[in-house]
Amino acid sequence: MTGLRSKTAVLAVRGVNLASRRLGRGQGTVAGGNVGLRIDPGLLGALAAGRRLVLVSGTNGKTTTTALVTAALEAKFDTVASNSTGSNMPAGHVAALAASPDSMVGVLEVDEAYLPQVLDEIPSSVVLLLNLSRDQLDRMSEVRMLAERWQDALFAHPEVTVVANADDPLVAFAARRAARVRWVAGGLAWSEDAAGCPACGGRIEFSPQGWACGSCSFARPAPTWRLGGGEVHAPGTHVPLELALPGAFNRSNALMALAAATVLEVDLGAAASAVALVSQVGGRFETVLINGVTTRVMLAKNPAGFAALLDLAAQDDGPVVVAINARTADGLDPSWLFDVDFSVLQGRPVIASGERALDLAVRLEYADIPHRVAAQLDEAISMAGERGAAVDVIANYTAFWDLRNLR
Amino acid sequence: MSSLRICVVYPDLLGTYGDGGNGEILMARARRRGIEAELLLAPSSTALPVADLYSLGGGEDGPQVLAAQRLGEDPTFRSAADDGAVIFAVCAGFQILGRSFPDASGQLRDGLGFFAMDTTKHAGPRAVGEVAVQVGSLLGSAPLGLVSGFENHAGVTSLDDGLAPLGQIVAGVGNGVPSSSGENVEGACMDRVVGTYLHGPVLARNAALADALLRAALSVDALEPLDDATPEALRRERLRLLDLSDS
Repeated sequence: MTGLRSKTAVLAVRGVNLASRRLGRGQGTVAGGNVGLRIDPGLLGALAAGRRLVLVSGTNGKTTTTALVTAALEAKFDTVASNSTGSNMPAGHVAALAASPDSMVGVLEVDEAYLPQVLDEIPSSVVLLLNLSRDQLDRMSEVRMLAERWQDALFAHPEVTVVANADDPLVAFAARRAARVRWVAGGLAWSEDAAGCPACGGRIEFSPQGWACGSCSFARPAPTWRLGGGEVHAPGTHVPLELALPGAFNRSNALMALAAATVLEVDLGAAASAVALVSQVGGRFETVLINGVTTRVMLAKNPAGFAALLDLAAQDDGPVVVAINARTADGLDPSWLFDVDFSVLQGRPVIASGERALDLAVRLEYADIPHRVAAQLDEAISMAGERGAAVDVIANYTAFWDLRNLR
Repeated sequence: MSSLRICVVYPDLLGTYGDGGNGEILMARARRRGIEAELLLAPSSTALPVADLYSLGGGEDGPQVLAAQRLGEDPTFRSAADDGAVIFAVCAGFQILGRSFPDASGQLRDGLGFFAMDTTKHAGPRAVGEVAVQVGSLLGSAPLGLVSGFENHAGVTSLDDGLAPLGQIVAGVGNGVPSSSGENVEGACMDRVVGTYLHGPVLARNAALADALLRAALSVDALEPLDDATPEALRRERLRLLDLSDS
């Protein structure tokens, strides 16, 4: 990093972050980053210079996959810079890099809409693209437009290795013109946003073998990384994969993470052993005691996220609290609840909770799923745990944060 | 009576905003009354089935253009409408029922021409937020009162003088063009075709609107009342947020 302005800016970032932590106002990552960017608008590029960075983006699984890539890189590198708190816009990136000045490598979770801008500002080694589907209906730009912007940005950066989920047509479209791509069979829990071909507007047909457009030549690229028989299969090698994190979707996240980490010459076996130990990510999947009730906490923000988590929920029969808010960070329109197939909750005691408990209650009622309503989260958890059973809580974004305040 | 056929049109193209829920709700409300009903999800790759009620949802710009093309080429849709099927269309689905609507670049595309109306792209910000619409009698129903929904669109829809709106805007934007009498209006309604910008999905929040459509599709005067405590509580909660109430 050169220049007095950048050095001053970095000191300011650290100062604000420290103050904000001392004042109990959270991690201070965004506040500090914003101050730094005001002093030096080129700060992000200056902080990134000389490091090898992995950018992680997509609609679902960003924070978890960022944690998995970080764990994998720690098998080789002493320190790894990362915005592990999920502050995934440039201010969060600045804060993460400023907080870890000596790390030679870093993993940054990047908001989908900011990916092109961040790619232009940061010399990146790897871009990991998980999936693209609708999120926050009232404010997110349309997913196909976003895939086109990703495609242009990746085409403009041939130095980057793209680790792309071949199972998601929108991701495949985004990585289509990229110079270097590692195609990964990363799975797709929910394909309803991908039916229209992003290349020609025709119809994508899905089959167990993959997917292909019925009208043009666009089809699933052949993946070189895949899961099978409890192992990760990579070109010329395979290693066992046992995860502490639950669910098929987390195995896919781990596969993507390993494909990305090994671009930075981490040994695959060592990386797989490292990701196996990750047991919770920012409170996701963690088991905690709330009001004396043993509670497993899960976060799902949109239909694709719910499809993945409900797949996991189907394997259990204990009580479930589903908590839905619709604040700005969640998206103000919870219509998507009708795109979620809640039928797997049939037979489990269900409590509808959160600020939009009534929207959820109407949705469950029309799906004939018996449930009770308790808008207050603590009340809902107590109600669910009244017979002493462990409780699963599936919460969307701000409801998940409300939950953290109950501990 | 043979079973009521409810068709959700092209959920693969017009399924972005949870509006597929409208079809599910109509089916559930028929079945709870002991009326046999089937829900037909009709993907754009196949010919539309014959149905008593067609439900169209919102969608993105590209798929919307594709949906308008496919529907225009499918003879079943127009002939079913001519034979008295009820059509209920939301947002992008509503726009394609008019004469013209804008694509992603703002260029006008041909709609199906069911409604004498044209939609253009709004130059300003998208209309996003809670909406309340005062709706009178719909398809022969009693006045519906305040209908609640959530809008999210960049369309400005101008109705010809002879075309009635669904209702008058009490809160929110709606069609974005005042009627000739200077009122802010929402949606459109002609014969047995009803269009609106409201998501929510709108029938989840408004049981009376759902029943008006069901009654028309079944051609009956009255339907057995259901316990609508939960959807009514939701409608009131949403209206209260706008400092509104109708009872």
